[in-house]
Amino acid sequence: MTRQANRLGTDLVAGARIDRSKSIWFTFNGRRYEGHEGDTLASALVANDVQLVARSFKYHRPRGFFGAGAEDPCVMVQVGVGAETLPNLRATQVELYDGLVADSVNAWPSVNHDVGIVNDLMSRLLPAGFYYKTFMWPASWWTTYEHVIRNAAGMGVAPKQPDPDTYDHMHIHCDVLIVGGGPSGLAAALAAGRTGARVIIVDEQSEMGGSILASRLLVDDKPGAEWLASALAELGAMEEVRVMPRTTAFGHYDHNHMGLLERRTDHLGPGHDIARQRMWKVRAGQVIHAGGAIERSLVFAGNDRPGVMLASAAATYVNRWAARPGQKTVIFTNNDSAYGVAADLADAGISVQAIVDLRVEPGAAALEEASARNIEVLTASCVVETRGKRAVEGVTVMKLNDAGDGVVVGERRFDCGLVAVSGGWSPAVHLHCHAGGKVDYDEIQGCFVPGKTLEAARSVGAANGQLDLADCLTAGWQAGTNAAADTGFRKPGKVPKGPTATAVEVSPPRHVWIIPAKPGEENKVKRFVDLQNDVTDADVRLAAREGYRSVEHLKRYTTLGMGTDQGKTSNIPGLGILAAELEKSLPDVGTTTFRPPYTAITMGAIAGRYTGQMLEPVRRSPMHHWHENHGAAFEDVGQWKRPWYYPQDGEDMHAAVARECLAARNAIGILDATTLGKIDIQGPDASEFLNRIYTNAWSKLAVGRCRYGLMLSEDGMVMDDGVTSCISDNRYLMTTTSGNAASVMGWLEEWLQTEWPDLKVWCNSISEYWATLTISGPFARDLLAELCSDIDVSNDGLPFMSWREGTVAGAPARVFRISFTGEVSFEINVPASHGLGLWQALMTAGEKYGITPYGTEAMHVLRAEKGYIIVGQETDGTMTPYDLDMDWIVSKKKPDFIGKRSLGRADFLRDDRKQLVGLFTEDPLEVLPEGAQIVDDPNAPIPMPMIGHVTSSYLSANLGRSIALAVVKGGINRKGETVHLPLENGRTVRAEITGMVFYDPQGERLNG
Amino acid sequence: MKRYSIFSLVRNAVSHHKDWPKAWRSPDPKAEYDVVIVGGGGHGLATAYYLAKNHGITNVAVIEKGWLGGGNTGRNTTIIRSNYLWDESAHLYEHSLKLYEGLSQELNYNIMLSQRGVLNLAHNQHDLRELSRRISANRLNGIDSEFLTPADIKNMVPLMDVSPEARYPVMGASLQKRGGVARHDAVAWGYARAADDRGVDIIQQCEVTGILREGGAVTGVETTRGTIKAKKVALAVAGHTSMLAQMADVRLPITSHPLQAMVSEPVKPALDCVVMSNAVHGYISQSDRGEMVMGAGIDTMTGYTQRGALPVVEELQRAIVCLFPSFSRLRLMRQWGGIVDTCPDASPIVSKTPVGGLYVNGGWGTGGFKATPGSGWVYAHTIARDEAHELNAPFALERFTTGALIDEHGAAAVAH
Amino acid sequence: MLIIDCPYCGKRDEAEFHYGGEAHIVRPENPSELSDEAWAEYLFMRSNTKGRFLERWVHSEGCRRWFNMARNTANNEVEAVYLMGETPPKEVSK
Repeated sequence: MTRQANRLGTDLVAGARIDRSKSIWFTFNGRRYEGHEGDTLASALVANDVQLVARSFKYHRPRGFFGAGAEDPCVMVQVGVGAETLPNLRATQVELYDGLVADSVNAWPSVNHDVGIVNDLMSRLLPAGFYYKTFMWPASWWTTYEHVIRNAAGMGVAPKQPDPDTYDHMHIHCDVLIVGGGPSGLAAALAAGRTGARVIIVDEQSEMGGSILASRLLVDDKPGAEWLASALAELGAMEEVRVMPRTTAFGHYDHNHMGLLERRTDHLGPGHDIARQRMWKVRAGQVIHAGGAIERSLVFAGNDRPGVMLASAAATYVNRWAARPGQKTVIFTNNDSAYGVAADLADAGISVQAIVDLRVEPGAAALEEASARNIEVLTASCVVETRGKRAVEGVTVMKLNDAGDGVVVGERRFDCGLVAVSGGWSPAVHLHCHAGGKVDYDEIQGCFVPGKTLEAARSVGAANGQLDLADCLTAGWQAGTNAAADTGFRKPGKVPKGPTATAVEVSPPRHVWIIPAKPGEENKVKRFVDLQNDVTDADVRLAAREGYRSVEHLKRYTTLGMGTDQGKTSNIPGLGILAAELEKSLPDVGTTTFRPPYTAITMGAIAGRYTGQMLEPVRRSPMHHWHENHGAAFEDVGQWKRPWYYPQDGEDMHAAVARECLAARNAIGILDATTLGKIDIQGPDASEFLNRIYTNAWSKLAVGRCRYGLMLSEDGMVMDDGVTSCISDNRYLMTTTSGNAASVMGWLEEWLQTEWPDLKVWCNSISEYWATLTISGPFARDLLAELCSDIDVSNDGLPFMSWREGTVAGAPARVFRISFTGEVSFEINVPASHGLGLWQALMTAGEKYGITPYGTEAMHVLRAEKGYIIVGQETDGTMTPYDLDMDWIVSKKKPDFIGKRSLGRADFLRDDRKQLVGLFTEDPLEVLPEGAQIVDDPNAPIPMPMIGHVTSSYLSANLGRSIALAVVKGGINRKGETVHLPLENGRTVRAEITGMVFYDPQGERLNG
Repeated sequence: MKRYSIFSLVRNAVSHHKDWPKAWRSPDPKAEYDVVIVGGGGHGLATAYYLAKNHGITNVAVIEKGWLGGGNTGRNTTIIRSNYLWDESAHLYEHSLKLYEGLSQELNYNIMLSQRGVLNLAHNQHDLRELSRRISANRLNGIDSEFLTPADIKNMVPLMDVSPEARYPVMGASLQKRGGVARHDAVAWGYARAADDRGVDIIQQCEVTGILREGGAVTGVETTRGTIKAKKVALAVAGHTSMLAQMADVRLPITSHPLQAMVSEPVKPALDCVVMSNAVHGYISQSDRGEMVMGAGIDTMTGYTQRGALPVVEELQRAIVCLFPSFSRLRLMRQWGGIVDTCPDASPIVSKTPVGGLYVNGGWGTGGFKATPGSGWVYAHTIARDEAHELNAPFALERFTTGALIDEHGAAAVAH
Repeated sequence: MLIIDCPYCGKRDEAEFHYGGEAHIVRPENPSELSDEAWAEYLFMRSNTKGRFLERWVHSEGCRRWFNMARNTANNEVEAVYLMGETPPKEVSK
């Protein structure tokens, strides 16, 4: 085959936007082709006379190029291989690069010989929604049917390896954001830019210019390309203007929050080490929507054959890329714009056989263009069929009757390989609608135009229904001036004039939503509305007949507009047909909601850098590296990495935890408790505040003393616990659970600011300022005494539940004599920067005592041995203090505290509430799974009544047996009774309900 | 009702599909009904169907302000499961799942139930404990539920990253094999067609503007198509429940929030089950069309906009790309929003109200779709008998006074 | 994502704020004297308005201050912000 057989020479197309001197080689469906710099995959394939590119979704009918950009419904290709493969790219939007490899999708074995075409032969059996009516018998076969359906569906193939590319995000503010770099957008940018406003103008294409790139019209009496170059030069010189090609404005969100996607390396191919794509999040003072309009097709028999193409696309291939989409051409239109296309094609040496116009009276200027080129115009006519095998080879034209619902006898036949169709234009109102903008129906143009919006935004040019270049330039200029003024930028002095073009008079289009077929063939032909999903006019009408009368029903029942093009060319014709079938006006049928994104955007780009390890920040204590260096295994607790246990040579978790637990009771254990939440509470009303927040009384807590507190949510459920200490008069240090540090801080602030602003109390989160090191065990006091000379750490000097300020190993410290292990225990708080130093000092000095670091797992075992709860483990948002057998902490005297009133409600007075108890398994070495459900009668039928579950369960090395905490209905009064736990492996374990304190019930060790 | 089958398809193919009957009529409202159901979504239509089928009450109108199935029924991510923690929820959702399992045949409308399994991932020790608790409870409640190790998960979902190096590594999962997805529109349409066939009037494009009462009991509704008298009025208007109840001066503990969902472009099968994660916060499945269907939690602010903001999309995509690093190169095709109404305990209200003859069904939060058949079943019972079915008795309005909440926050922290 | 005009800091992205639900719900003086019904009303019942809604926000990633806001929940238009303890400005107080 001749290289680029359909590439038009410079003699025929002078101003194409390709560099003919630069060849680019690429592969499509295994064959190598040549294109030029500036080509898209589509334009290069057109230039190489490749017409059959894709297959449709349902019937696997041949599909060729129908559009030239984002609107094309069909030409999805798979680009690249391996980890770099990209499914479903639209060939019309893929910029060519050397070595590009692309393949058709959803066709087997190949796009030329696709066995899926069998669906087409059966299409009579597969009308819209056929699957709702069948595959129901026998019921068990549905799984098989579904398997087949699923494999048939989908288009491209998802990559299987992790994405090798990176993506990033930019945040930016601007005064005026202009979406669309066509004539109206550029005029707006010039106007706004000259005022000094911060302007961003974006366009999804590889270069700015929009319709100018594909048109031969003059601007300011110069060729469009010349004006474009000077406009871009001027914008480029403006400091506050950012011109962004290859950037799609994909979403307009509330309050002018705009999402942009910039493609940075896609046009270069793989192997670049900058971010492939970048998402810009723009907050714009004013937005100008200048995204142009999308041409619609006409719904006529055989309108899906490759070779049928939007007229504007045909002109774009010719003018922009010097690629000839066909040799002999018939133009089929309902409006004047296609006459310009006819002229462009004719001037490029393409033989335009005829212009078939639905209208009786085309515009005078249009007719003049045709007659100047001796193009025959068939008015009040329509294409009633296309002929050809895999592509169009000819069409038949007949006269249309006055009503537009039938034809008049007498046919004309034309041979042609290209049918350039124009069904009128639909403004791209998508972004306008994203943030709730309304649309109005333009009866004359047969389209929706932007209506009211709450956003600081306006639509101009073709995006606003203005199709004439002169109008676009004027409106763009005006919009740019006004938008800048609205953000406070005005050019002083006389308002200069914007760019101009010659206005052209046009006649209105004629809307015939279904083009009649040849007489007698109505039932034989297929007229496609949605070319991707194979939705025909018959499908639309069937849906309406069956009662799917709303536009949303239509869409969902027929899948119209649900494809990857989201119905850009098909929505309006579909609505027109539905309206006609229902005998309503089109706007009464309504339009489906336009949703972001405007075109599909890479999921990785939306995630940006914030995925993988960067999903969330990692919080580490100042001693983290020590733990790492000493082999700690870590667990995630919220964002924190906490040492879980410290396995030594050959130890498994079980052995390590046992060793750590024994050390804490027999020598010294040391725990990194830095993650505890710490809140500094100050002010004359601080104790009153604590009284309201906690269930117990706080008024009498003396300086130097500590108290355990429980806080409830207002509905009476335990929310958090911790020790709060009186630091000085009117000053307290509250500790919270690690996981709730932030939420408790928020909770306190909320009450203070919103409910009790009269209380003079101030809270400050100081969690990160302090490192907390807990030493626990019989020698803990000896060790502390060695390193601390300014605090009397004796039992009298520093009794249980008290604290002192002093110096430990040279670091300023607050030492708290509190305990979560039941041993003599000191929580030493030092400024975070001293944490590691103190840890090392304690380890060194403690070596002789056998000091042993222990992790969260041993901490859990030790506290469970003592029956201490962990909020979030023993509680789940449904436990009251009474349920936890903690009546002692609920003040009977205080008239009120948060949650108190709720405790008196009916459901809280039941005696069969689930209550916290201990469990001893019959076999002392049997460790119950945490979460195991408890029943009274393990032989009861399913569903088996459950009376509770295990909240914590461990093998206690200190006790030499297993222990468990559990909640059991009425459990507090059932101690000594036996319950049953049916496990997942089918075994049922018996256990006795016990008290919760398994170790040192008198607390002698604690107070020693 | 003319039955749908392969044979009816062939027959109609011969006549070029010109003779298919309407799936449902579009009648004008009558002056009076025994029961008016406000809301033509899945729950309202299912309720109408079971009123007719189970209770013989056919003088029923379903009144819909827009188009049927157009609310949350047509906007959700279609996940069906019953592996709830608390007995009350588990029994209700399991009843619903059982009804789903025969629904295509029951309605003679293929709702495309795909029991491909639902995985709930655990990413830390706390998750694992909760998972084990739920699996244990599910099993004893007769709900299939099993634990999968990371290796099991990798076998089942090869593209998921289960490496221990992940920021929040996958440490296990619960699997409900009977869980899955169904075609949401078909559920609404199937119920509509079957209810219509039993004489229920489905009246679209008719908005209720007032609830008429006399002596503490309802007598009908005011609508944009005139007054309709009714002995009983039943609300099934997810998203707007409290607004409708307000018309009868009934206050509800419900707030409405936007919930977003989104789909990728369709690709060949790459994910064969539903995956949900609380810690990484997102859920995903692949539709029969090939799209990845994804969702996350609700927007925290009260809202009725049916659209969402970009940060939610970002958060969700981070989660999805974390779990499925290769999906990074897929492209997001469409995002949308619904309005869900939520209760303080993340459980629904299916209940009588202080107003005689007025019933409320709402507060399903993000989980209403999976409950559709079960909800309709028990709501119909409640309306017909004027007393709760045993399955919805715990979901009465009174629980907010007594404190007997059914707190599903733990089990349903991520939307579903 | 909304722009919220924090009365202390000025206009900021919604991402810096946390939502605090309906405004002007006052905790009863003496909860113990309330019936269960009245307590439930305070705890759980909300007006959940479609349209202009008075609600609370906190500038959690900024000044940490709570304030009130009038917002149209049907279209997200922010109509006013005002301080805690203040009554809504005239133009939004129905």
